[in-house]
Amino acid sequence: MAENGKPDFSGWSCPLPLADYPAIVMGHGGGGKLGNELVENLFLPAFRNPELENLGDAAVLDLTGELGGGGRLAMSTDSFVVQPLFFPGGSIGELAVNGTVNDLAVSGAEPKFLSASFILEEGLPLNELGTIVEAMAKAAATAGVKIVTGDTKVVERGHGDGCYISTAGVGLLRPGIEVGPQRAQPGDAILVSGTIGDHGMAIMSVREGLEFESEIRSDCAALNGMIAEVLAAAGAAVHTMRDPTRGGMASTLNEIAQASGVGVEIDEPSVPVRPDVQSACELLGLDPVYVANEGKAVFFVAPEAAEKVLAVLRAHPLGKNAARIGRVTAEHKGMLVAHTAMGANRVIPTQIGEQLPRIC
Amino acid sequence: MGHPALMYARELPQRMKYLTEFRNGEIAQRMAREIRQIATRPWKIMEVCGGQTHSIIKNGIDQMLPAGVEMIHGPGCPVCVTPLELIDKALAIAAQPGVIFCSFGDMLRVPGTEGDLFQVKGAGGDVRVVYSPLDAVELAAKNPDKEVVFFGVGFETTAPANAMCVVVARRRGLKNFSLLVSHVLAPPAIAAILDSPGNQVQGFLLAGHVCSVMGYWEYPPLAEKYKVPMVVTGFEPLDLLDGIRRTVVQLESGRHEVENAYERVVTFEGNRPAQKLLGEVFEVTDRAWRGIGVIPKSGWRLSAAYREFDAEERFHITGIRTAESPLCRAGDVLRGAIKPSECSAFGKECTPRHPLGAPMVSSEGACAAYFNYGRFLSADELASAGSGMTGAMNG
Repeated sequence: MAENGKPDFSGWSCPLPLADYPAIVMGHGGGGKLGNELVENLFLPAFRNPELENLGDAAVLDLTGELGGGGRLAMSTDSFVVQPLFFPGGSIGELAVNGTVNDLAVSGAEPKFLSASFILEEGLPLNELGTIVEAMAKAAATAGVKIVTGDTKVVERGHGDGCYISTAGVGLLRPGIEVGPQRAQPGDAILVSGTIGDHGMAIMSVREGLEFESEIRSDCAALNGMIAEVLAAAGAAVHTMRDPTRGGMASTLNEIAQASGVGVEIDEPSVPVRPDVQSACELLGLDPVYVANEGKAVFFVAPEAAEKVLAVLRAHPLGKNAARIGRVTAEHKGMLVAHTAMGANRVIPTQIGEQLPRIC
Repeated sequence: MGHPALMYARELPQRMKYLTEFRNGEIAQRMAREIRQIATRPWKIMEVCGGQTHSIIKNGIDQMLPAGVEMIHGPGCPVCVTPLELIDKALAIAAQPGVIFCSFGDMLRVPGTEGDLFQVKGAGGDVRVVYSPLDAVELAAKNPDKEVVFFGVGFETTAPANAMCVVVARRRGLKNFSLLVSHVLAPPAIAAILDSPGNQVQGFLLAGHVCSVMGYWEYPPLAEKYKVPMVVTGFEPLDLLDGIRRTVVQLESGRHEVENAYERVVTFEGNRPAQKLLGEVFEVTDRAWRGIGVIPKSGWRLSAAYREFDAEERFHITGIRTAESPLCRAGDVLRGAIKPSECSAFGKECTPRHPLGAPMVSSEGACAAYFNYGRFLSADELASAGSGMTGAMNG
């Protein structure tokens, strides 16, 4: 530090960002460390039970021996607070259905039934709500799920952004399929079903009033059909599936590395990114590996099944741009390491909160 | 053009976009080999600019260099060097009712004495991320009943846009717009680094984007006075490797000249109209750099002609008492005085999960690298080492 008035550069380093806030900040919802800490330090200790402890996208409920010898259910819930409500490639309606469908699907379940709760702000035009609800109905039909129960609340003007939606869903787990974030094994091949970062940049392009030459569309889609084909083709060779939403692919891969106690390696040039998404990210100083997706899945599969799964993905309309992007290793446990285009390595850590546009 | 990337790129079957050509891994390997062949001795080279540091780490450039050629990361991240007092003023202004406080995104996370802009936002302050200072001017026009403040930080690179926004605000007759200015200047910082006790830097990569505005006519006297080579360098991997290569060539041959390795963007004179504008809107001032101290004549503030747009004058924030949080021994680690494991907090209070200092935060930081690779802890051990330590992070 500056003593006797002379600038001192020895050991200079950036001031440390805060990581321990006394009140909720936006970063708690950013899909990074702050949110993880809420789960680990608050929700998990308060609610602790074996079903919750898996911390998968959906809880697995084993009902064998109950209800006359039934099977296993998957259950998941998600809330949607996107702004704006309508964006290129979709609306909060499709997101609310597909988000929960995908959480069930990547848990290995066939999604069946959804609930939908609406928190509506006084003044929301009814035609907007109508458009949202129609979008939900269409998305549910496409995904093959029924919306079977719901709730509506209205809050005063200024207490909500037009419309918030919360959905929960249940699905049936396929017999013999065991997937989960803790099941990745050294040697597994890592596949992604298409280009990353499309949804996050589509939202950003309209939310921030940025104008790009080409319209970036959200990838919002229900993945259960594609995943059913993967499981039918490769079955038990599929160890882990996730849909990398908030926090992007990097957060998902870090979570799997930690949950499975393995190292994850990706070859950065093999990760598919649309050129316009790449350019938009560079303009704003963002890294597409941290940008949200709403219609992509990553698969950890036994290496001998990798090419077969890749072929199944590429044959599906939602998986045309699928790619093999990396592998699981017994080295650097709990960490995500990327081989860069330059032939060097870098560690890709979990973000603290939301990714921020950089000035430098 | 003479850039090796472009010479090599002619062999490649791709359209020239002046971007992908500078990210070719094969050419990067060739250039790295060339640097390994040239370097016969250890050299310490500083990249001044935070954008270059980011690119070096993101691409792993530092790992491609011969063991003796060491990159020292300079204090060129404007959000990090913004003085604590000004951050505290920003927090105080942003918390006032009737204020819309606009900032570049990464400024929101920079800690002041008691919190950051995220917390002000959480407590009800109207804090907004903008991508251009002109967006803040637009907000002022649309919200005549609010005071709109833009946090204008940065090196010479961001200065023209910040200068333009007060010019536009005046032209549009906006009385509710002001600028909280903390501009810093590269040449005085480089001189101060070279003057500082224990300086080890032997060559500089000059910040390409600063030079795109200012040119590089300010640097030959510095190179001559301190006998250090300086190379104007861009931000793509091959730009950086070429800048490093040219610096090493000069060091090996005992030369100390200013070279331009970013010819596709930078000229000797720079952007003269921008420089003229900057001269009208700003005036040079002494500036405190966070964690470093006051560097004489190293910043810009609004000139007398534009002082009416100065947020510090408009809001008269007084009673700021700054206090840095208790520091870990990051300084000693970065100086090489101690190994990370010799710090008493290492692996106890301070882990990648709950870092106490920047070297433990960044995945490329010395402490984090030591912790993650040196000890090969499992995720479980990592978690248990970090558990219960949140209290240590306060402040």
